[in-house]
Amino acid sequence: MKRYIGIRIIYMIITLFIISTVTFFLMKALPGTPFDEEKLAQLPDEQKQMIYASYGLDKPVFTQYVNYIKNVAQGDLGTSFFYTGQKVTDIISGRLFPSALIGLQAVLLGLAVGLILGIVAAYRHNTGWDYATMIIAVLGVSIPNFVLAALLQYYVGLKWGLLPVAFWESYPSSILPSVALCVGVIALIARFVRTEMLEVLDQDYVTTAKAKGLGTIRIMFQHVIRNSLISVITILGPIVVNLLTGSLVIENIFGIPGIGSLFVDSIKMNDYSTIMGITLFYSAFYVLVMLVVDLLYGLVDPRIRLASGKG
Amino acid sequence: MPQDTHNIDALFKPAAARPGDQEKISKKSLSAFQDSWRRLRQNKAAIISLVILIVMLLLAIAGPWIGHHNYYSTDYGAVYQKPNAEHWFGTDKFGRDQWARIWQGTRISLLIAVLAAALDLVIGVAYGAVSALLGGRTDNVMQRIIEILTGIPSLIIIILLMMVMKPGIVTIMIAMSITGWVNMARLVRAHIMKLKSQEFVLAARTLGTPTSRIIWKHLIPNTIGIIVINTMFTIPSAIFTEAFLSFIGLGLQSPMSSLGVLINDGFSSLNTQPYLLLYPSIVIVLIMVTFNILGDGLRDALDPRMRK
Repeated sequence: MKRYIGIRIIYMIITLFIISTVTFFLMKALPGTPFDEEKLAQLPDEQKQMIYASYGLDKPVFTQYVNYIKNVAQGDLGTSFFYTGQKVTDIISGRLFPSALIGLQAVLLGLAVGLILGIVAAYRHNTGWDYATMIIAVLGVSIPNFVLAALLQYYVGLKWGLLPVAFWESYPSSILPSVALCVGVIALIARFVRTEMLEVLDQDYVTTAKAKGLGTIRIMFQHVIRNSLISVITILGPIVVNLLTGSLVIENIFGIPGIGSLFVDSIKMNDYSTIMGITLFYSAFYVLVMLVVDLLYGLVDPRIRLASGKG
Repeated sequence: MPQDTHNIDALFKPAAARPGDQEKISKKSLSAFQDSWRRLRQNKAAIISLVILIVMLLLAIAGPWIGHHNYYSTDYGAVYQKPNAEHWFGTDKFGRDQWARIWQGTRISLLIAVLAAALDLVIGVAYGAVSALLGGRTDNVMQRIIEILTGIPSLIIIILLMMVMKPGIVTIMIAMSITGWVNMARLVRAHIMKLKSQEFVLAARTLGTPTSRIIWKHLIPNTIGIIVINTMFTIPSAIFTEAFLSFIGLGLQSPMSSLGVLINDGFSSLNTQPYLLLYPSIVIVLIMVTFNILGDGLRDALDPRMRK
């Protein structure tokens, strides 16, 4: 197990290294500069050089790259071009709370609704409940989250005036974005739980439990649900991807000052260092979640632990 | 009633044994494709989806020519018109005809998605098949590369690539395929590995079948189902990615039209002209829903394990 974790962590570092390298050179290949070109052209050469030097842009690309990697390894993501003088790490951590709150709410809401739907659908297999759940699941994966967010904003926020339309003012501001974000999660989970549970319901030990004369509730909670929930951990990866991509558009639509909207803004501003910083932040988060998923899965399901111990 | 026995016996005649007929198969044998199609036909939702998809496809092909206007001409005398007899879906802020723009956009979105899925398919199948068939050290190295690639959140890389390259149909397609083929490669490899260790391949080997024949006659036909199913799910996710990129301003730009561009334009005038967002949204949702349902139906029809 220790060896396995070690190998996984080495992979993680290699992945992050590759991502930071690719990001760095892609940013270098970008057309345009983060500076106001018209104003820059008016400056005398000396001052231009000073501006470049203050960002380390006067050195050869390779030296810049080495410096960048060195800094990243020490947790320094550089200084923003757009928010003059601010450290990228500070900007990101300042924007972390709204994103984290909305993401967490979306996951919890999605888990709760998704689990209930999935369980009911499997228990009442091939009935109206089941079909309704499947329709919700298909719609959930099919409706792009930004379309849903825009419609929610228009109807719930603007037309009916039930919840704040946009901006980050008080707690209710976080409700609509969370709802828009959680629909994809509901769909993923409901569908997955349903399939898993149908499989477990077919197992011999469920028949045994029935033959022993256990009550339905006992069978469901003691045998079926427990065994089907184990593998929900495995779809945590897709769920995280869903949340990350969702946050990029949904935070923008609702004007939430989170990391997603920061990323989209810095793309529009050509703010290299912030783009690179958020790319690394997202990647690190994603890679870490994947590692935790694999380890947790091995922990709760001994069959997997044996298999991964060998490889 | 023993006396009747004789009479009854007389009614029975010994039948002549016709060994040829016993083994005769009365029904024409079905090919794997016909068999799957028979099962798919029983799935009402999948068939309805297929019909809707075909209608959308026809509209995407012919729609831009059916209306009274083309998708790019501006008409400042007719901006923000509500849907009417002249402009069936209304007009946008430049007075461009929404009907033509929507079907032109559907055409472009579908084109991008299908091309990206095809590119994923070619690269993914080739990579997965080579990895599984060669095995050994090659497979090991190829799998390590895949492991690293799957660790990268693909959308982020797509966004970065879109920033660097000039926005256009080919660019979006390439950006999506750079990470998109990994999934297909993994599926194909896993499936071929499984097939390789099955008895019928062993039997073929024992009979002295050459490797190339095993690949073409046994491994590839048995993998096609998985490839088709995966492609059916790649297309809607590619449509989503295209729309997503356009929505954050990295995809195609007006006056070009795609579903993402239209949704982005519609969103900016949502307060006053909700129909500008509503119609392209309905089209994209319909396409995504029907592709997903059809994909599910195909999976049930093609996957032998789901047979009941």
